[in-house]
Amino acid sequence: MSDSEKAVKELIKREYEHGFVTDIESETFEPGLNEDVIKRISAKKKEPEWLLAWRLKAYKAWQEMEEPEWALVNFPKVDFNDIAYFSAPKSTADAPKSLDEVDPELLKTYEKLGIPLHERARLAGVAVDAVFDSVSIGVTFKEKLTEAGVIFCPISEAVHSHPELVKKYLGSVVPQRDNFYAALNSAVFSDGSFVYIPKGVRCPLELSTYFRINEANTGQFERTLIVAEAGSHVSYLEGCTAPMRDENQLHAAVVELVILDDAEIKYSTVQNWYPGDENGLGGIYNFVTKRAACIGKNAKVSWTQVETGSAITWKYPSCILRGDNSVGEFYSVALTNNLQQADTGTKMIHLGKNTKSTIISKGISAGKSNSSYRGLVRIGPGAEGARNYTQCDSLLIGDKCGAHTFPYIESKNKSAVVEHEATTSKVSDDQLFLCQQRGIDAEHAVSMIVNGFCKEVFKELPMEFAVEATKLLEVSLEGSVG
Amino acid sequence: MLEIQNLHANVEQKEILKGLNLKIKAGEVHAIMGPNGSGKSTLSQVLAGNEAYGVTKGQMTYQDKDLLDMSTEERAREGIFLAFQYPVEIPGVSNLQFMRTAINNIRQHRGLDEMNAAEFMKQAKTTIQQVNLDPSFLKRGVNEGFSGGEKKRNEIMQMLMLEPKLAILDETDSGLDIDALKVVADGVNALRSPDRAIIMITHYQRLLDYIVPDYVHVLSNGQIIKSGGKELALELEEKGYGWLGIADEETA
Repeated sequence: MSDSEKAVKELIKREYEHGFVTDIESETFEPGLNEDVIKRISAKKKEPEWLLAWRLKAYKAWQEMEEPEWALVNFPKVDFNDIAYFSAPKSTADAPKSLDEVDPELLKTYEKLGIPLHERARLAGVAVDAVFDSVSIGVTFKEKLTEAGVIFCPISEAVHSHPELVKKYLGSVVPQRDNFYAALNSAVFSDGSFVYIPKGVRCPLELSTYFRINEANTGQFERTLIVAEAGSHVSYLEGCTAPMRDENQLHAAVVELVILDDAEIKYSTVQNWYPGDENGLGGIYNFVTKRAACIGKNAKVSWTQVETGSAITWKYPSCILRGDNSVGEFYSVALTNNLQQADTGTKMIHLGKNTKSTIISKGISAGKSNSSYRGLVRIGPGAEGARNYTQCDSLLIGDKCGAHTFPYIESKNKSAVVEHEATTSKVSDDQLFLCQQRGIDAEHAVSMIVNGFCKEVFKELPMEFAVEATKLLEVSLEGSVG
Repeated sequence: MLEIQNLHANVEQKEILKGLNLKIKAGEVHAIMGPNGSGKSTLSQVLAGNEAYGVTKGQMTYQDKDLLDMSTEERAREGIFLAFQYPVEIPGVSNLQFMRTAINNIRQHRGLDEMNAAEFMKQAKTTIQQVNLDPSFLKRGVNEGFSGGEKKRNEIMQMLMLEPKLAILDETDSGLDIDALKVVADGVNALRSPDRAIIMITHYQRLLDYIVPDYVHVLSNGQIIKSGGKELALELEEKGYGWLGIADEETA
């Protein structure tokens, strides 16, 4: 076995460090999905009539829909009646009024996860909304945000406190029947974050949500809605972990972003769901619909994602560039290892004049994994002067993995300029030998090479996330070289 | 410093070195010459510990240690440096980051603290001028988009930064114009000292006008068939490899 192989084997042995289970009493629905379950979820949350009707409409649509099969991923069919659609820590049945009322076990979990809740949050200057299984646990730094007029709360709370906003925007970007998983989410979503940035406000803090699936056999269906009014600005971070379990767990989230004139949303994700073990046992199915609508002129949205977790990732954060001069950006690092599969990319829909989009996608495949970039750039007839630049790079580690690129380009306007560049490279033995000859061991060399490959994306991440992402890559590099 | 006895080595099942003997003392500069395919590059790769090459027989002792017991990075940390004939690119990893990582790995191995950033920067800036490269090269990816000559100068820069005890230059002169050749030669001459040894592998005598060796060896078919002083190189230049009964496609 060569040194490089040994180094990578070493890395493989590192365990998923978020794989612990928190032992707290939960109230979990029995598995299964029907209208009654949806009514019970809605009742649990004391939702208004209109929302229940909205959910039921989504459920009807879902029943008539088929699971998408076009993605380059393979997995046994999910039995949707085997999943519990609601789980909440029992002690919060009466909803905590403050963090002091939250189960200490739960707070310990967050501590283990390194979430900057409580005082740590103040130091880090991050407001955190932590979603544990299906319920938001408490939002920090409400006061500072309230002062600025920013609303940042669980969506279940926003339904009551700001019904007019939720009603206006929920489903406005991702309609109930958009796709199979989005329809399912619309029917059963349990919680998620709601963010509203008023006109001209620059959000004083970086907002952050941490998702965690704890209970066995539960799905997590969070729903995030962010509205940036004219001239506002917000940076939003999202992190995800789950315990190690032998069975697969479903995560089907929907994220909707609404951006008005001259506003900007920067949305960063570090996704580290449990990827399953080295034989492909267990892990999260991450089937997520994320979409941003730049409704206003000069609106800007930027998706940055670092995806290292999940057994299967099916995710295409998209931008609808409706407003003239609006800008969409997508920066992505997707690392797959062992038997992980990722089919991820973006959609840039240019509708307004002089709209611009940039796609930088970095796929890293190691072990026996498969990683695909799937992207659509569509230029509408009215998108005079639209521009797109796409760069897709794949890096292979070892010779048992695969990287694929599926770019779709549709242009209906002659003045548009669309560029696509793609490269595939390998961490070569020669590169490793050069590093080793300079005194750098193979393990360090592989992570240095991979980090160099991802540099263009990492520089888009907020500082503390960039550090986390770098560490994550080191831990997740479980491939085989040579 | 280095003693090689009856070294046999192969690559892809093919035996390339067939009983090579060589002895090098600290302070000496040895030139190894020979036609293409004689095993010159194989020797440099085997000394550096490239796993694509297998040693089937023989011994290599470096500073009283068995080289075959040492991993590639251990050899590097103990002071062996190879200037590559074809330096590879590492996109996105800056020259600075690469060298800093290398230096600190070596320092750690020797029980020293990490070099502080200011000191490192100062040294890097001085050294890059020494090899006549623009300081902007420090921030560029390792060899990324460099021309052939720039890559070779970058190798010399790394050599000067890492201050090896045994430097092996594998056809560093090939493909260089005369100005670049002088830069390389100046770099190597700057490194010459009584406690260091240098092995220069070359096809042509040209480099030896600028870096005058103490010994010249002629390698043919995996063995050293003739050794001598610097005048041997001149004789070879004049008479060609055919003089020693060696077929060489380039000089034939």
